[in-house]
Amino acid sequence: MTEALPAIECRGLFETYGDTVALDDFSLVVGKGEVVSLVGPSGCGKTTALRAIAGFEPPDAGSVSIGGRTVFSEGVDVAPEKRRVGMVFQEYALFPHMTVADNVGYGVTEEDRVERVGEVLDLVGLTGMDHRLPSELSGGEQQRVALARALAPRPEVVLLDEPFSNLDAPHRDRMRRDVRRILRDAGATAVFVTHDQSEALAIADTVAVMRDGHVVQVGSPLDVYQRPADPWVASFLGESLAVEGIAENGVVKTDLGSFPVDGSVEGPVRVIIRPEWIVATPAANGEATVIDLEYYGHDQMLVLELAEGRRVQARVGRRPVLERGDRVDLEFQEAVVFPTD
Amino acid sequence: MTVQAPWGPEPAVKVVGATEAAPPQSRTGRKAPWWMWVAGVLIVLPLVLPLVFLFFRVLGASDAALDILFDLRTAELALRSTVLTVLVTATAVAVGVAAAWVISSTEVPGRKAWGVLVPLPLVIPSYVLALSFLAASGPRGTLATVTGWDVPVLDGLPGAWLALTLSTFPFVYLMVLAALRRLDPALEDAARGLGASRWRSFWTVTLPQLRPAIGAGALLAALYTLSDFGAVSLMRYAAFTTAIYAQYAGRIDRTPAAVLSVLLILIALVIIWAEQRTRGNAAYHTSRPARRRSRQRLSTGERIAALGFLVSVVTLGVVIPVVVLTTWAWRGARVGETVTIDWGAVGGSLVGSSLAAILAMAAAIPIVVLTVRYRGRASGWLERTVFVTFSLPHITVALAVVFFAVRYLGPLYQSLTLLVVVYASIFLAQATGATRASMLQVNPSVEEASRSLGRGPLQTLRSVTVPLIRPGLLAGGALVFLTTMKELPATLLLRPTGFDTLAVRIWSAANELFYARAAASALVLLGLSAIPLYFLVLSTKESSE
Repeated sequence: MTEALPAIECRGLFETYGDTVALDDFSLVVGKGEVVSLVGPSGCGKTTALRAIAGFEPPDAGSVSIGGRTVFSEGVDVAPEKRRVGMVFQEYALFPHMTVADNVGYGVTEEDRVERVGEVLDLVGLTGMDHRLPSELSGGEQQRVALARALAPRPEVVLLDEPFSNLDAPHRDRMRRDVRRILRDAGATAVFVTHDQSEALAIADTVAVMRDGHVVQVGSPLDVYQRPADPWVASFLGESLAVEGIAENGVVKTDLGSFPVDGSVEGPVRVIIRPEWIVATPAANGEATVIDLEYYGHDQMLVLELAEGRRVQARVGRRPVLERGDRVDLEFQEAVVFPTD
Repeated sequence: MTVQAPWGPEPAVKVVGATEAAPPQSRTGRKAPWWMWVAGVLIVLPLVLPLVFLFFRVLGASDAALDILFDLRTAELALRSTVLTVLVTATAVAVGVAAAWVISSTEVPGRKAWGVLVPLPLVIPSYVLALSFLAASGPRGTLATVTGWDVPVLDGLPGAWLALTLSTFPFVYLMVLAALRRLDPALEDAARGLGASRWRSFWTVTLPQLRPAIGAGALLAALYTLSDFGAVSLMRYAAFTTAIYAQYAGRIDRTPAAVLSVLLILIALVIIWAEQRTRGNAAYHTSRPARRRSRQRLSTGERIAALGFLVSVVTLGVVIPVVVLTTWAWRGARVGETVTIDWGAVGGSLVGSSLAAILAMAAAIPIVVLTVRYRGRASGWLERTVFVTFSLPHITVALAVVFFAVRYLGPLYQSLTLLVVVYASIFLAQATGATRASMLQVNPSVEEASRSLGRGPLQTLRSVTVPLIRPGLLAGGALVFLTTMKELPATLLLRPTGFDTLAVRIWSAANELFYARAAASALVLLGLSAIPLYFLVLSTKESSE
């Protein structure tokens, strides 16, 4: 019956602490079974938004519904324990005085406990760890227990607050894949909060980019990266180069050259180019000189200097093999254009 | 790192910028459930209502009150209390600072052992120290019997001064020691490098930085001296507290006792206020955790002087009391004096202290949850009330309760229930102090996790918060047990007929000059105190490991 209703619907949330505005007309709709990442710089209000959904911090105004049920609006404020929201905290927040099984079974009714605990522990790959204490587990294992605990009561949604920030890099990548798989296997609806844009892009079906207390763009990872809503989103989500130019009759002219543009844009514009949208071809009398290069193995980042002393960064594959001082010709394959006025 | 003074509810000195991995405690989250506030208010009422009532009673008796206030004898009492307080505070500061500096900053032999021995008088009640000096001096005293000399009785002002100095210098010592350990040794090294002598660098660089710690310690010593009843009464030095007791015990009209109490409370409030301010300031000079201090080399002469100083402090504060009490108890037993252990008093002490400890632990839970999780103006007031009622002279608090109970509580007056409630309320600050330290280690997310897993606030408190703060609660309970067992004036005023504690026994026996009997009870009291003390030391060791 509630099939068509979104799993989470936030409308116009506002919250201020003293002088700081944490949420400023925050709205977000998450469909059933969707995995959404909520990404933004620190202090943009993303954790506050998550806590408003979970019910830990009632906002000043707005409405929240979960699974079609209004849990917050004028005169309504459902307590966190009645919202059917699973929460995975940044520091996991496992109950240190309880075993893994007790932690995971905490939110499950007595009669289902044993069975459900076994089920979720299998799901997160911790079969047989029932009697361990949290302090006896590695960071990654604690993370899995936290996720299992949140999933065990079959919540409407799972909220994850910077879940990977306490893991070191190699573990983080693996955990990210595992969590994605677990959430998909469980058919869960999930919202991740993260400040790491590559994590946000990698993990989610949908990315919601947040700034100054509200969502500025929602879309697939590809969408938000390739077609950012504004220059700020463009530079927040990845490395980019911005050049000013003038658009006229479907062409933008900049210091770096001319780009085709949608005919409706006229006048001063800002052109955003990502390093990997630039192709560098070795040429004896190329227009740019390689000033510096960082070789990463799977690819390399070139720092190039153009004729007028202007520098650009280009990400290129393992080839061409270049050295400092080599000259290259540049081709700009893509660009995003924003009117400036 | 914070230094928890063993007698106080607050960390004695807060270290600003120290790297303690305490989780963030209050986010502007939900409001506390209403029943938590009801509990919090109910917990402070048993002392707040009587104190308010006492003030109104005195205001109501204004003419009589004014007469007493401007009575010459009141002025004399004020003078005598002031003289004693000033003398004790000055010597406590001198002894406390010197001991702290010698132990922390010089190469005096046996530093670790001195560090344990020097603050020990803290656990000996002031009336036991007074008893041991009375029993050691005088024609019948231990010193006279051993040497055959003609020894005068050490009582009155000198006796009270000595006993209270020994009781209070540990406050200064512990605070200054903590401050010295936090000092950046580079500053002193810099002064020495610029050519200052050891003394000059101590006076011009080290001492000014210790000033807030010394100030806070001195004010604590002053407050303790002003509030003390046991030592001054045994030493027969008439001060505010003894006058209040005499007026209370000997008169039908108890207005004078009420007036003197209000006056003493007002003086105490000023000191408490000043102490809180200094303590607040005590944080500003602290720096990052300091590297190891280089210790001062001592010449042979200096080493002997330093050792002599520490030996005499420990002799006066620990050795003499223990030796004198033991010889008196033993001597009494030999001459057939009735020094058998009074099991009734032992039972009374144990029952009263255990019940008080349990009640204080239970009451500490809502107070700590409110003040840590729901920080705000209201919880700040709650915290302050708990602290102030702890710091006021016990005799005035007890007297307020007596007035209130006689008027409004009928059968509860002079009941064990009321006595235990008063004990628990007075010493609540110790339970909340210790519990608070545990609570600060509990990440609020853990409680939020419990909430989002379907448990309400009460269930969360029971299944998550309380199990996690148990170590602090138990330490707080042990502390309350320890101080309740030593408590004298409130017990004297509020105990049910036929209810005895060791403290009362020691005091009344000593008051009637039955030193042998008093000594035996005192030894039992010290022995029983060692039990909770042992658990306290154990728990601090565990938590620091």
